[in-house]
Amino acid sequence: MVTERRQIAFAVDVTRCINCKTCEIACQDAHRHGSRVRLRRVRTFEQGEFPALIVSNISMSCNHCEDPVCAKHCPAQAYTKREDGIVLHDETRCIGCRYCTWLCPYGAPQFDAESGCIRKCDLCAEELDRGGDPACISACPTRAIEVRWLDELRDAPELTMNIRNLPAPEVTKPASRYRVRKEARND
Amino acid sequence: MRSIPGVAASESLAPESSETTVATVLCNNDCGGRCHLKAHVKDGKVLRISTDDAPDSPQRPQLRGCLKGRSLARFFANPNRLTYPLKRTGKRGEGKFRRISWDEAINMIADNLKRTLDEWGPGAVYVQYATGQEGVLNGSAWARRMMNLLGGHLGYYGSYSSACLSYTAPFITGYRDTNSYQTLVHSKLIILNGFNPAETIFETNSNYYLAQAKQAGAKVVVIDPRLSETAATFADEWIPLKPTSDAALFAAMAHVMITEQLHDQEFLDRYCLGFDEEHLPAGVPRGESFRSYILGDADGIAKTPEWAAPITGVETETIRRLAREYATTKPAQLIQGLGPQRHASGELSVRAGITLACMTGNLGKAGGGWGGGEGARKVGLPVGGIPTGKNKVQASIPVFLWTDAIIRGTKMTEADGVIGGSLPSNIKFIFNLASNTLLNQHADINRTAKVLADESLCSFLVVSDHFMTPSARFADLVLPGDHSFERNDIGLPWTGERYILFGNKVVEPPPECKNEYWWLSRVAEKLGIGHEFTEGRSCDEWLQQIVTDARTEEPSIPEFDTLRKNGLYRQDPQEYTAFAKEIADPEANPFPTLSGKIEIFSKALYDRHDPQIPAIPRYTAVPEGAEESAEERYPLQCIGPHSKTRTHSIYDQDEWLETAEPHAMSIHPEDARVRKVHDGDRVKVFNERGTLFIHARVTNRVRPGVVVIPEGAWYTPDADGACLRGCINVLTSQSATPLAHGSTQHTLRVQVNKARGGRGD
Repeated sequence: MVTERRQIAFAVDVTRCINCKTCEIACQDAHRHGSRVRLRRVRTFEQGEFPALIVSNISMSCNHCEDPVCAKHCPAQAYTKREDGIVLHDETRCIGCRYCTWLCPYGAPQFDAESGCIRKCDLCAEELDRGGDPACISACPTRAIEVRWLDELRDAPELTMNIRNLPAPEVTKPASRYRVRKEARND
Repeated sequence: MRSIPGVAASESLAPESSETTVATVLCNNDCGGRCHLKAHVKDGKVLRISTDDAPDSPQRPQLRGCLKGRSLARFFANPNRLTYPLKRTGKRGEGKFRRISWDEAINMIADNLKRTLDEWGPGAVYVQYATGQEGVLNGSAWARRMMNLLGGHLGYYGSYSSACLSYTAPFITGYRDTNSYQTLVHSKLIILNGFNPAETIFETNSNYYLAQAKQAGAKVVVIDPRLSETAATFADEWIPLKPTSDAALFAAMAHVMITEQLHDQEFLDRYCLGFDEEHLPAGVPRGESFRSYILGDADGIAKTPEWAAPITGVETETIRRLAREYATTKPAQLIQGLGPQRHASGELSVRAGITLACMTGNLGKAGGGWGGGEGARKVGLPVGGIPTGKNKVQASIPVFLWTDAIIRGTKMTEADGVIGGSLPSNIKFIFNLASNTLLNQHADINRTAKVLADESLCSFLVVSDHFMTPSARFADLVLPGDHSFERNDIGLPWTGERYILFGNKVVEPPPECKNEYWWLSRVAEKLGIGHEFTEGRSCDEWLQQIVTDARTEEPSIPEFDTLRKNGLYRQDPQEYTAFAKEIADPEANPFPTLSGKIEIFSKALYDRHDPQIPAIPRYTAVPEGAEESAEERYPLQCIGPHSKTRTHSIYDQDEWLETAEPHAMSIHPEDARVRKVHDGDRVKVFNERGTLFIHARVTNRVRPGVVVIPEGAWYTPDADGACLRGCINVLTSQSATPLAHGSTQHTLRVQVNKARGGRGD
């Protein structure tokens, strides 16, 4: 039995990610928001010079932070953090002020002009509660994305959130963990 | 939610049910993947797509779809879909049409076909290469069936994808075969030459198995002018060679192996013909062996890494290291994609790759590999197609030369690759059904457009498609086709995995969108062969017959209704090693070549005495290839790989996919700098065949001297004929390869300038 509250987390193996963007499209297809919004994105970072390049494809949606600044500062109190750590956004409360889009260092909440409110990854909570996998996870052809408990990942030496080109994790304590090549690590 | 129940033949799945139903559907594009997709349907509308949800295990990994398959719900909301027949009113290619009834359309086809047959005979009718529907029920199969009942049609051989590979393999190993990707985990070294499954999805689980092999400790080397997604993810080393120089790189590797005595002489002695002087066929003078060529015995030029470095752009030390590694790491698998053989030198990369696989003793061994090129493993389930009957027109053209057959068909000869005798007529009538080959995907669009625009040449062009494609714009008659979600159909993987997908009809097509069978049946009726064509069967009844026939050969295949209900019949993936039986027991299983051996030296090719078709894989420089000077008018080599967002030209109109990876030309920072081109700039790309405008992506992921324009963008000409969307085929050439007469669409040179004065925006 788990006595403490456990935080859910995305675990992503960047060394297997082929940047195919299937996670992006599967997420978009599952959530059916305006076509300019993309709740999960694969960002590509390149290091080095031709031909010795290190490429990191970072597939990221909301990191369901331990310290979610979006929730902390939302004037409409549209954000809640679930028991299992999922940060949920209630579109019926959202006033479309976009404050959260300026605060989140990862660009997770996005303004959907078609609905006039914010859209954000909900970790496919409904599907998860039914025992299924989030759309991104069941879509990935190389099985690079998982959901795990953060306490299982915290001490894994191959995983980090200190990644070149990404904001320092101290700001919001994102729950995600990534396996990247050593050259792409900041720690 | 509930799964689809078994429904009676020719009914659709509860089209207006207010409950959400989930059923297997078919993504039937020309793609090495054949993925398990499910449509979620409510009130007759596709809500979303999900993928395989059977238990996922290394023994049976799920058949997960890619971004294209996952975007398919979008198709049904596209306002640009063709929904009624259109008859051309302006000039060909002008894009002026008026709506007509299906009756008028069917009369038009029947009248023109009858006129063509009366005037020119069946050899004047051409059923265009078409890969837009890869299900069993595809329009081209129906058209061939009808034409064969009417006396035949002009046939073709080969393909745009793998002409050189399929034509060349019989000379060397007797046939074409490849390992299954389950064998990758046995390889200690994997060398991928121009093989990019991360973007082409060469098989549904190709990337899965590559990731598994990598995790198991395999070293991966990728040879490719660009750092493809496959290279970026899996490669321990990227070797960016100049396009068209593959055979030179392989020759230099062979030189290292021979001079350092790293090659497997025993394998070569036992299985191969013509590696060295001791194993040349009778009647061939000394000095003609592969070894003599490599050592320079005949021409005085040893094919050393120093010789190859300026040709290939690969450093000598890299060539040496790769040669040593490949020769000494066992087993090692050289895998060639189909890109290298779509070059003007396409036959040679195939032959040189097989030769290296023999020199390292890897051919036919578990975890080793053939090295010729991917695809066409002959171990899939025995499911046939629509019976098309016998084509009584004997003559057949190489698929790449159909524009020539319009202009000068009757004058074409064996030298053009024509087989089966002379053409009885030039092409006068084309069925182009679910194909963009009529313009967009064929080489040299400006030449093709000119040929098609001349109504005195080909007098009738009928196109069936979902959208007004660049090809459809040139048609005399444009017909709205059905989508694979709007009919029942069966899909099979290309590459020999043992499964069948049943694609359910989950939605009704718009009322006037029709499967080709529907209108061809009516045309056949008018031409007096209605019953012979249909045999009184519906589409579903044809499918039932195909399943019944397959079951007689493979009884484990379930009956039609079960297959339909389950959506998927799948046997466990198996490890399969190509040519294992010939290697294990060559006496009992000789290679089906003239000599029974692997013919590194081909007597059949030697007897042609054509310097362009050497008896051994001798590197040959080609026009617009690696060796042309950068000082020339067109200093940059240009290649057109597949994009992850399109299956050839399918999906180019989709906004989701375009935002996933916008269409752009990759250019090395140094080449961009001298042209004052910055990342994101609009550039003009041109050569003597045409001009296009495209955004530049300035990146270290392509070698200097090479630019990359992914194929498949839709030709969108401005008033001067320059393509504003960046379709590479305005730049490609219609010259064919010497032996296979195959496509050379990756061999071209261009100049790039910054677009000026807002032109091309």
